[in-house]
Amino acid sequence: MSTVIQTTPDAATDVQPLLSVRNLKKHFPIRGGLLAREIDRVHAVDGVSLDVAPGETLGLVGESGCGKSTTGRCILRLIEPTSGEIWFQGRDVTALEGEALRAMRRDMQIIFQDPFASLNPRHTVGGIIGEALTIHGLVKGRQEMEDKVVQLLETVGLRPEHMRRFPHEFSGGQRQRIGIARALAVEPKLIVCDEPVSALDVSIQAQVINLLEDLQEKFGLTYLFIAHDLSVVEHISDRVAVMYLGRVVEVATSEELYANPLHPYTEALLSAVPIPDPKIKRKRIVLQGDVPNPIRPPSGCHFHTRCPIAEARCKTDVPVLKSAGGRHQVSCHLRG
Amino acid sequence: MAGSTPASLSAEAPASASRATKPVTPAAEAWRRFRKHKLAVASLFILGALVFLVLAGPWLWAVPINEIDFTAKLKPPSGEHPFGTDDLGQDVLARIIYGGRISLAVGLAAMVVAVLVGVVIGALAGMSSGRVDAVLMWITDLFLSLPQLPLLLLVIYLFRDALKSAFGPEGGVFILIVLVIGGLRWMPVARLVRAQFLSLREKEFVEAARALGASRVRLVVMHILPNAMGPVIVAGTIDVAAAIIAESTLSFLGLGFPPDIPTWGRVLFDAKDYLDIAPHWAIFPGMMIFLTVLSINFIGDGLRDALDPRRVV
Repeated sequence: MSTVIQTTPDAATDVQPLLSVRNLKKHFPIRGGLLAREIDRVHAVDGVSLDVAPGETLGLVGESGCGKSTTGRCILRLIEPTSGEIWFQGRDVTALEGEALRAMRRDMQIIFQDPFASLNPRHTVGGIIGEALTIHGLVKGRQEMEDKVVQLLETVGLRPEHMRRFPHEFSGGQRQRIGIARALAVEPKLIVCDEPVSALDVSIQAQVINLLEDLQEKFGLTYLFIAHDLSVVEHISDRVAVMYLGRVVEVATSEELYANPLHPYTEALLSAVPIPDPKIKRKRIVLQGDVPNPIRPPSGCHFHTRCPIAEARCKTDVPVLKSAGGRHQVSCHLRG
Repeated sequence: MAGSTPASLSAEAPASASRATKPVTPAAEAWRRFRKHKLAVASLFILGALVFLVLAGPWLWAVPINEIDFTAKLKPPSGEHPFGTDDLGQDVLARIIYGGRISLAVGLAAMVVAVLVGVVIGALAGMSSGRVDAVLMWITDLFLSLPQLPLLLLVIYLFRDALKSAFGPEGGVFILIVLVIGGLRWMPVARLVRAQFLSLREKEFVEAARALGASRVRLVVMHILPNAMGPVIVAGTIDVAAAIIAESTLSFLGLGFPPDIPTWGRVLFDAKDYLDIAPHWAIFPGMMIFLTVLSINFIGDGLRDALDPRRVV
């Protein structure tokens, strides 16, 4: 077990990780002026490193705009990362082009947040799920395609006759199941779940979460589960990574993180989770101010402007993610 | 209903079972939905009748279009001349039937050219970001800012003779007018398509297709373009009307078809000096343009609704 995250893929966990992200950055240019010069850049993802072991669920939490979704999309190359490495099954995804990239996409899929925007309104459910099969040539002929689509629909708890219907004929939860079936069609190894239940009713959330867990067991899937609902993440994740302003500030197993948060930001975040028992009083840590502008993130530790325990060196030195015992890693000068 | 199928899974929704038993092709579904739009169906019927009339007319109404008879000039509609006669005693119905071929063909062909050019340019601009998009939009703005009529006149003046010698007097002028009208009316379509592409390509269902490994062509053809077509269809139907009217402007200036070819715009123009004494001469060709444009607009509405599965019809 190494104490500092290294630039080799297999450093952080005992097993060879399925996915290793190293120092991933995505800076969105802001263009303006006569010749569309780059006048500024948004530091959406500013040096993220994480590992996901095969078969585990890594939760990625943080408030809006901290770069969770951008990280997920960079891993899938839906957004081109500015720099960094993404090692998946022993290959650097950022270096893939053309046919190799297309082939890689079979092994990595995504489930989206908005079940209304993520399905083409003009295609039937059969067409939406079947497209994945067509693109990768996984079926021959119409009959085999239909059989496979029916099988996928049943896997996610929908009925065969649903394949001829259009997305607008379904409820949010059913649509999310269609999205899951589409992702499953190519038999991926890793699925990036980008807030898959945030747009759903609480009762439906539980159904979809349970479905995701069942599918993980059945197909041996690995999830990168992006969310801002901490209780959902605690429930589904083996490990949780906390992001603040484009960086990972703390990684630990769910039990460890929720029982013993080390980073002051994680503490504040967890103290905001409601407890379903009015008798329990908890010390609520309220952070001062807002998240700083990602166009000009603070120097040193990104969190020093709001940190209750910040010191002088937090303004100048960038903390690195280092082990705080076992698989608990924290990026703070003062804790760990 | 679901009587012939085992009602195992579909017990609570028999309607969906009957839907599942018979496969519905997208075209059949679109046609079913189109038929629900009564005005569009009526318009399709009217346009079909007009097309049939101008194609089969010369056999149904075998009166020569250029037989001059001064004894029968400016006669109102009668049994002998259902649409009356013009100032040379020529039969207006026969002339409208003959001229309709050209007016309809010019209108439809120019629309096709304008929509094709507009969709290609708009799609290229919308899919490529940065330089290509900027250059294409500069070109579009340039064309929008050109004074159209002088340009039209110049192009026709420069190329008419070459095309006439290549395709004959009528064919040459037809190609020229279609290209000129179509080539000067694609800009609104291009801007519409680009705007649609810019918003659609960020949609999650497009991202999902990209994540599945769909090629750029597949993204455009299967996902973006079909969702962008609604406004384009409406713009296209307006272009038909504009092309028919632009053709009559050219005929009026003596730069369209030769004066002896009675396109609807030409007949209308010839009749304008006699509006007070022979209104029928102008009313009938005007009615034809009106009917054509109106029915094409309604058909466009119907098509847009039929091709959009979100609309419940």
